[in-house]
Amino acid sequence: MENMRQHKTGILCGLLLLTIAAALLSMSFGSTYLPISEILKVLTGGGSGSSYNIIMYARLPRMLAALVCGCALAVGGVIIQGVLGNPLAGPNIIGVNSGAGLGAILCSAFLPASMIAVPIAAFFGALGACTLVYTLARKTGASRMTLILAGVAISSILSAAIDGVSILFPEAALGANAFMVGRLAGVTTKALSVPAVLTILATVAALALSYELDLLTLGDEVAQSVGLSTKLTRGFLLILAAILCGAAVSFAGLVGFVGLMVPHAARFLVGNQHKYLILASMLMGALLVTVCDLLGRVLFTPYELPVGILLSVLGGPFFLWLLFHQRGGRRP
Amino acid sequence: MMELNHITAGYGTKDVVKNVSLCFESGKVTVLVGPNGCGKSTLLRVAARLLEPRQGNVVIDGADTAGWSNREFAKKVALLPQVRPVPEIGVGSLVLHGRFPYLGYPRRYSTEDRKIAEKAMRQTGVLELSELSVSQLSGGQRQKVYLAMAMAQDTPILLLDEPTTYLDINHQLELAHLAKKLAQRGKEVIMVLHDLNLALGCADTIVVMNQGQLMGMGSPQQVYESKVLDRVFGVISHCVTLDNGQVQYLFTREC
Repeated sequence: MENMRQHKTGILCGLLLLTIAAALLSMSFGSTYLPISEILKVLTGGGSGSSYNIIMYARLPRMLAALVCGCALAVGGVIIQGVLGNPLAGPNIIGVNSGAGLGAILCSAFLPASMIAVPIAAFFGALGACTLVYTLARKTGASRMTLILAGVAISSILSAAIDGVSILFPEAALGANAFMVGRLAGVTTKALSVPAVLTILATVAALALSYELDLLTLGDEVAQSVGLSTKLTRGFLLILAAILCGAAVSFAGLVGFVGLMVPHAARFLVGNQHKYLILASMLMGALLVTVCDLLGRVLFTPYELPVGILLSVLGGPFFLWLLFHQRGGRRP
Repeated sequence: MMELNHITAGYGTKDVVKNVSLCFESGKVTVLVGPNGCGKSTLLRVAARLLEPRQGNVVIDGADTAGWSNREFAKKVALLPQVRPVPEIGVGSLVLHGRFPYLGYPRRYSTEDRKIAEKAMRQTGVLELSELSVSQLSGGQRQKVYLAMAMAQDTPILLLDEPTTYLDINHQLELAHLAKKLAQRGKEVIMVLHDLNLALGCADTIVVMNQGQLMGMGSPQQVYESKVLDRVFGVISHCVTLDNGQVQYLFTREC
């Protein structure tokens, strides 16, 4: 018991170090190479003027954006998989990201130049999609696979709506193409501030409810008979998931598969207990998005691949593998 | 002590249980029997507050439970539900989840909690499995682990919904014996059973239901003598005394 805890804590520390290393590396690579010593100098208040500008106005916000986006989507994914009891569910697969995207793009079409409104609109879009999928699962008693297919359908409808809005309102400031694939280029500290605060708060709240998430995986009847208010808890957790996905999508666009892949990888490393699962997913999500964003910048210089493309290249095959190798299609 | 007062309940527009009133006693095993669809499981779900009755109320120690929080209720009543998922979780951790109604915040188990969970595992004979994962167990072992979880709740009332389904005969008898032992220690054990032989063998009180209504109740002997089972199930019941003096009930059907 004690050994297991030490083992898990060790893994979390390792992940933390890896994430810090990746974050530093991601600030040193780009159109001009900056050595890590120079980055540390700037961050501690020194360094030359040009490197100060590059780091403070381009690379630091982008690195922070990658961390926030990865953390938010991964923790959102853990919650959604736990609440739906479905290992195939991921925020992008069941339409939660598209819902957030629709909210964000509608907001920027009708309320341009409103930095605070975008994440809030994205939250409502994500919440709408969450509620729709959850209600479908609940009312129809559909199998896990049917639920995933329904989610894919909902996701396509919402994506079509996003396309429609972006054509009817070309001035919607988001840059529709880049928004649809998910990208971190050009994210400003200003656009990041509200989502970052929301992500931190919602992650802390999810950690506070980790024991309740453990109980929910035992099924409603068991959870309720030991005294959990299952409806209330699920509702609150879905709101947290919507806040997280909405926050990420509001500045990064439709970055996919983080919320599907990371929880599985984290479960492999630290097991099913949600306290550890959330902490590990938070770090691994941040690590994954940072590394993918870095690779997108350096692989094909001078061209830059948006992070969403790299993640889909990884996530698509992973999803297929999951479909055929997990017993997710059948109920246990 | 649990009382069910004028319970009417069901799903959709159909009433599965119609105006049933029952009173259970502590220290006794009460078994609900009846043909498929008679409403016995629905009644148990109402007693466990998993289903809200259309009419009537569930009373514990004289107090209506309608306004109770789930945690308050879970300190009085534990349930072994019929359908149990097979989570990837250690046996010890699962049983400890039975302590949830008593946990404060943050959710940390006290030494007391761990002691009670360990005692529950010893009583159901699963203590040596505590390091294994629930998914590694056989159906019978899993049943006992979930029973240990319900017992870790340390409640005066224990509800068991068809606890012997999918179990082989040895485990069935073991479970019936365990239910009796728990009642002797003062618990109020209420269960739904499919198997009439087993039900009459282990119950202190038999409750017979049909089409959502109460058809009769009493000790196995009284129920046998009233022939209510013959009418409800369309069978002929027999009472046999074994060589060791034990009384057994058998059922045949006219061809």
